[in-house]
Parts: sequence; C-alpha cells; structure tokens
Amino acid sequence: MSGRNFQVARWTRTSTISAAAAAVAVVILALLPFAFGANVTERLTTLFVYIILAAMWNALAGYAGLVSVGQQMFFGLGAYATIRLSYGGMNVYAAMLVGALLAGLTALPLSSFMLRLRGGEFAIATWVVATIAHLLVNFDPLIEGETGKSLIALNAYDATVREAISYWAALAVMLLFLVIMFALLRSRFGAAVQAIRDDEHAAASVGVRVMAAKRLIFTIAAFGGAAAGALWLATALTFQPRTYFGIQWTAYMLFMALVGGLGTFEGPIVGAVIFFILEDRFGAAGVWYLVGLGAAATLFSLLLPRGLWGTLEDRFGIAIMPVGYRLVLGAADPPQRTSGWWARWRGSTNR
Amino acid sequence: MSLLAVEQLDARHGLLKAVRNVDLSVAEGEIVALVGANGAGKTTLLRTIAGAHRPESGRITFDGADIARLRAYERVKLGIALVPEGRRLFAGLTVEDNWRVAGDTRRTGPWDVEALLALFPMLKGRLKTPAGLLSGGEQQATAIGRALMTNPRLLLLDEISLGLAPLAIDNLYRSLTKLFSSGTALILVEQNLNRALGVATRVYCMLEGRIVLECDAGLASRQQITEAYFGLRRDSGREMRP
Amino acid sequence: MIWVDQVIQGTLLGGYYALIACGLSLMFGVMRIINLAHGDFAVLGAFAVWLLVARTGISPFFALAVAIPLMALLGAALQRWVFERSLRAGALVPLLATFGLAIVTENLLFEGFGADTRSLAPEIGDLAFDSWTVTDRIYVGHLAVLVFVVAVVLLVGLQAFLKWTALGRAIRATAEDPDTAELVGVNSRFVYAVAAAIAVATTAIAGTFLAMRATFDPYSGPTQLIFAFEAVVIGGVGSLWRTLIGGIILGIAQSVGAQIGPRGFLLTGHIVFLVVLAVRLLLSGADLGAIVRRARTGPRRSRSL
Repeated sequence: MSGRNFQVARWTRTSTISAAAAAVAVVILALLPFAFGANVTERLTTLFVYIILAAMWNALAGYAGLVSVGQQMFFGLGAYATIRLSYGGMNVYAAMLVGALLAGLTALPLSSFMLRLRGGEFAIATWVVATIAHLLVNFDPLIEGETGKSLIALNAYDATVREAISYWAALAVMLLFLVIMFALLRSRFGAAVQAIRDDEHAAASVGVRVMAAKRLIFTIAAFGGAAAGALWLATALTFQPRTYFGIQWTAYMLFMALVGGLGTFEGPIVGAVIFFILEDRFGAAGVWYLVGLGAAATLFSLLLPRGLWGTLEDRFGIAIMPVGYRLVLGAADPPQRTSGWWARWRGSTNR
Repeated sequence: MSLLAVEQLDARHGLLKAVRNVDLSVAEGEIVALVGANGAGKTTLLRTIAGAHRPESGRITFDGADIARLRAYERVKLGIALVPEGRRLFAGLTVEDNWRVAGDTRRTGPWDVEALLALFPMLKGRLKTPAGLLSGGEQQATAIGRALMTNPRLLLLDEISLGLAPLAIDNLYRSLTKLFSSGTALILVEQNLNRALGVATRVYCMLEGRIVLECDAGLASRQQITEAYFGLRRDSGREMRP
Repeated sequence: MIWVDQVIQGTLLGGYYALIACGLSLMFGVMRIINLAHGDFAVLGAFAVWLLVARTGISPFFALAVAIPLMALLGAALQRWVFERSLRAGALVPLLATFGLAIVTENLLFEGFGADTRSLAPEIGDLAFDSWTVTDRIYVGHLAVLVFVVAVVLLVGLQAFLKWTALGRAIRATAEDPDTAELVGVNSRFVYAVAAAIAVATTAIAGTFLAMRATFDPYSGPTQLIFAFEAVVIGGVGSLWRTLIGGIILGIAQSVGAQIGPRGFLLTGHIVFLVVLAVRLLLSGADLGAIVRRARTGPRRSRSL
C-alpha cells in the first residue's frame, strides 16, 4: 500500500439511513396490534415466520454452503416439543420457548455427524434424518400416527390476546435471529463464514476454523427452525406431523432464499416478502402454484443464482445493511471521534 | 506454409494474463523447443493451442484453417494432441484402456498398441495395470503413448521430464528417438536446455507470457538463451531473429 | 426359520433397490451430480407406462420398452439444459436445480393424474401373486425374482458396456477427468448426455417394477430417492455391484424391521443407513493403520517429539 491515507469503514451513508429506517419500522410493527385487527396481525405473523425460515436456510446454504433438504425436521420438532410440554402441564407459552430450545438442541449431537458430509450426501442425509424424526413422532401415542393434536391450552386465552401475543412473539423471534445473523456477519466470524462460502479449502488454508463455523450456523439454523415451528403452531393451533415435517417447507425455504438472494443479508427478507405475496395471490391455484415455485427455483439457480437482491447488489453496488467493509481512500483527516463507545461501535479504523 | 500458425495470441489464466501477444509457428515435421522459467506461460500456451483453454484474442491456424473456435476433441480429430503437464492419466483405467480411449478417435497412422509397445518396451507387462499404480517413468511413457494413439500431425509435449529421475529421463528420451525422426511435428516444452536443443531445430523462449527469443537451435548461443530465459536484458518483443 | 424368510425377501427386495439406485450411482460417478429428482423420474416412468397400458391395453412390458427410449431422451435433454449448466456453476446449483425439478415433476404428475394411488399389479395378472413354495413357511414371489434377475442382468450389462465398449471407455475416462478426456478426443458433452440418458432410462425400469410390486402416486418419488441413496451409501461408491450389495443389506434390514412393527420397515432401513454412514465417516477420518498398530502394541508410553 502506498502511504495514502485510508480508512476501513463499516457504515455508509445509505446504511446509516437504512438502519434508522429499520428501527422506525420495528417500532411501527410493534405497535400494529393496537391499530389493526386479527386479519392483519395473523398474516404478518405468517410473514415473520417465513422471514425466519428464509434467513435460516440462507444462513446454511448461502453462508455455510450447506444445502439442507431436511430443515423441516426442526420445524416439526419445535412444534412437537411444544405440544408435548403443553400436554405435560407446562404453561403453553413457556412450552413454546422451552420446546423450541429443546428441539434446537438436537442439532448439537447431529452436527458432529452430519457436518462431516458434503454436498449431495449432506442434503439427502438431512432428508433421511427428517424422515426418521417424522416417523418417531408418529410413534408417540399422544400424536397417534398422523392424527395429530390441537394445542388446546391456547383456548385458555382470549382470541385477540392470543393473536397479539403470537404476533409479538413472532416479531421478537424474527428480530432476534436477524440481529444474531447481522452481528455474526459483522464480526470476524462473519468474514470467516463468507470465506467458507466462497472457497472452503482456501478458507481453511488461511486458518479459518471451518468446522466450528459450520457448526455454529447449523445450530443457529436449528434453533430458528424450531422457534418457527412453535410459532406456526401458535397460529395454526393444530399439530399434524405430515404438515410440519413435510418437504414443502424446504421448497418454500429454498425458494425464498434463492429468489431473494443467497449469501446476502437482505436477500431472505426480500424472498420471504415475495413468497408471501405470491402465496397470497396464487396459493389458491394449488398444484400449479407449487409447479411455479419449483420451476422458479430451477430457473433461478441456473440463470440468476445470486437471486434478485444479490444481482441488484452486484450490478449497482448497493449495500443497505452494513455487513461488509468499505475502504475509504484518501480521506484527509475527517473529524473523527477517536475514542469512546461511538467510535468503537462504528468500528472504523484510522491509519 | 506452416502446419501451425499462432498469431497475436492472448490468454488469461484466471485473472492473470498468461500469454501476451504470442506469435509462433511450426512447420510440418518440424521439432520446436519452447523454453522458459516456471510461470512463463508455456503450459497455458500449449493448452490454448490444444483447445483446453480459451484464448482472449488472436488467431490459431492449423493446416490453413482457423481452429480457435473448435473444442479440444475436435482438434484431436484434426491431428493436434497434447501430453499434459503432470501427465493427467486416467488413474483408474488400465494402461491399455488409457490408450484405447485415445485410439477410439480413429485417425489413421502408424501408432497403435503394438507400435507403442515397440517404442516403450518397459510397458510390455503393464498393459493391464491401472495407470495410477505405475512408476513415474512408466506413467510418462503411457501419457505420451496415449497422445500418439490419436496419430497426431502435431504433438505437444509439456514437461515430460517433470518428476522423473535422471536415469528415467535418459531412458525416455532414448525411447523417443524414433518419435523424433518419425516426421511428426512437435512442440517440446522442456526445462533441460541441453535436451531441448539437442532435439529441436528451432527454439522459442518465453518470459512472463511473451516470446522473448526465437531462433534456430544451432545458431543461438548459450548466453543468448540464458539471458532471454531470465530476462537479463529486458526488452519487450523479440531479441534476435535469424 | 422366520429369519431365513426375511433374508430371502430382503435379498430379492435388494434387487429392486439396485435397480432404482444404479442410475443415481451412475450420475454421481460420472458427473458428480446427485439428482434430487431421481425418484420422481422413476414415478414419472411408472405413470408413463401406466398411461400407455390404460390407453392401448398393451402389456406393461411392451409399454416399458416404449417408455425407455423416451425417458432416455428426457435424460439427454435434462443434461443439455439443466445438468450441464449446473456442473459449471458450483456445488450448490445442481442440488437447487434438481430439487426444483422434483417439485415441478411431482406436482405436474398430480395435476395430470390426481392423488389416487395406482398400481400396475392388475395388469400383470398372475405374475403379481404367483410364488414358488420353498418350504411350508417360505414363499418366493415370481415377480420378486424377476425384478432381481432384471437388476442383475442390467448391472452385468452396464458393467460390460463400461468395460468393453468404446463409449463405455469414454464414459469412464470422462468420469475421471473430463478435461483430459477432451484432450484425447472424447466429446465430454456427448458422454455426459449418454450417461444421463442411461441413468434416467433405468429409472423408468425401476419405476415400472415399483408399480408392479406395490402402489405409486405422484408423491412417491422422494421415498424412492431416499432408498436409492441409502443403497448407494451402504454399498459404497465405486462399483455397481456394491450398489447391489447395498440394496440387499437395505432390503434385509427393512424386512427384519417389518416384523417388529408397522413403521418398523422404514425405520430399520434408515437406522442401518445412518450406522453405516457413521462407521464409514469414523473410519475415513481416523487413520486405520494407526488404530490397528495401537491395538497391537498398546498405548504409547511417552509423548515423543
């Protein structure tokens, strides 16, 4: 490097504005149930769950390079654990929290095994494990095969209250996981994970702990999926194994992450919104809708693998959320607070 | 008229420009040596001629026809064959199968399994051995044989001495004398200058992707070649012409 | 004696699994692609045969003879339009693209044929039921034996094709090193198309036999894919015969499981698969030589430098 002045900046003008806008949006969303009725909140809850699922699948495939065709396992187990705990006597909302945690924990032993597999092997193995989980749940006499069970304990709550709580819970969980992903991506771990995404061997050769990174992502994705399952149960009220362990969830997640933009932060959100709108408009078309989803997935993977957001990012160089680094050259000593929490938060480095 | 004519060829290797504005020609039956330090672009040049690599710009003419658009297998059918750097044998296939795959291109010519065994008698008992289990010298012989099975008019040999013990190299070159006098045009990339000059009629020297020396093998002095090889008298373009 | 029956039935079932698995194995071996739509193609083949039989009344075997070249064409077309592009695009893309294909295929079949489960068993008459009586407890079905024999014949045929023919050699060479194969005159694109055509054509055969020995519906594909994959993994990648052995082990595991409970059939198969996979991972990770040496000489006394 020639002796020019340069700075490593995390925040750009755009990203600062966007972050502020996002904060405002969150406040508005939080206040929504007071202004709008069940129709709106219920649909938004669905959207929030979609965003969680998309973000988690994107974390796996877009950052860790793991194509999982079995994430529905955690989705189903999260709901199943909730049912089990609720019928075991726990308060229904506590059951959701604990259930999601327990279901997510299954990822820990699983990961040491599954993550040694690569590519297609990993993909199908996740499918097999999901199928086994489905079968085992079928064995539970409480569930009676495919008959399923309703989360009756929810009836103790007034419908409006119930819907509002589900809404806030979904909003909170969505924000939690988005913040986790954001924080991870901004950290050194984030750079490591993106290195893995680009070239696993090269990343390992510069000292990135590939296995540990994948494990972390796998586990987070499991918790996210499990939480999503519990939340879905809170809205849908009934648990039927086939619905929750079905492969269609992978189809949805894959579509959202791929169309939105694999390996970007904003992509899954964009994909989830698109999916939500499409489902709203075309869901009634039933089978043709699914055909459309599948065809879109194939076409996108072949022709537009970076997804809509990813392509926009590449073409126009925009970056809304500040997960990357920017090199600012020749900035001649701009006024900078070089001390204090603000400078540390902004993460800029003067050279 | 030359058999092979390369004009103003540019080729990238990843993001790096590995071949810069190269002009090269080989006449029918001529043996040309291509020398240069590691990373000079010799392998990329050979691979581009053979069709394994896409050029960025420039012309490649074989027997008068422009072949730059042709895929590698089509060039093999026309009579260009490459013995790749590092041999790149089909390790799971037997020696015989390695040869037969190449032989399936069905070009007429003197080379078949018997002829190859006459050329490389060391392989006589090894026909059914998987190529991955052979010694270095045997592998090199198999690789050369594989290219010969396509009965090429132009054979490109990329670093055939690489990784071989001196004795094995001696044996190899001894076996190849028949090839050198067979009338097949050759481009020989060889680290060992003595060997290269002992066999070739013309020499090209490459440095950082460019041809920096082109002359008859007999005419160039050691010093001139060494200087070109290491770029001791920096000059873009040709240093010496006959 | 009941266990002998399970072993026999399981072995014969293994023949079916080898059938459904050999296409998957071929595509993976040659192109390094795992086609997630593989099972759905088998179901597509079954529906094609079923449709031909329903419309024309010909025997399912004749219908299969018609379906095979059509499916082969489908394979070649897919290679050209889908697989080839995904090959160049990285490891993720083939999985995403073939998953999309799977969804499309399943739902188009549903759109065309509805949700009803169907079977070709009624079309083959006595073949579906006839069996040889080996002992008073053990019956061996004619159909099961036929499937097994067809599987073995197909595997022998494929091995011979790969070993002795020019195209087979070209396929093997391309599987090892497509770049260098081109350099010795092999048209790798054509080779891939042939391999894909063969792979998809075999799914038609497997699908037809699935339809004969059991039932099928538009969403039966994924299960068949999982079985195929399990057979390949249990047997080990490398040769088609290993796939047959894998299929047999899977079949036996499932037959044994079926005795235990209603869903035991599926469960035991999956568990055996996971166990084999785990063992294989452990063994590949560990240095087998060191383990054996340590077992012989006991633990090292001191830490050497």
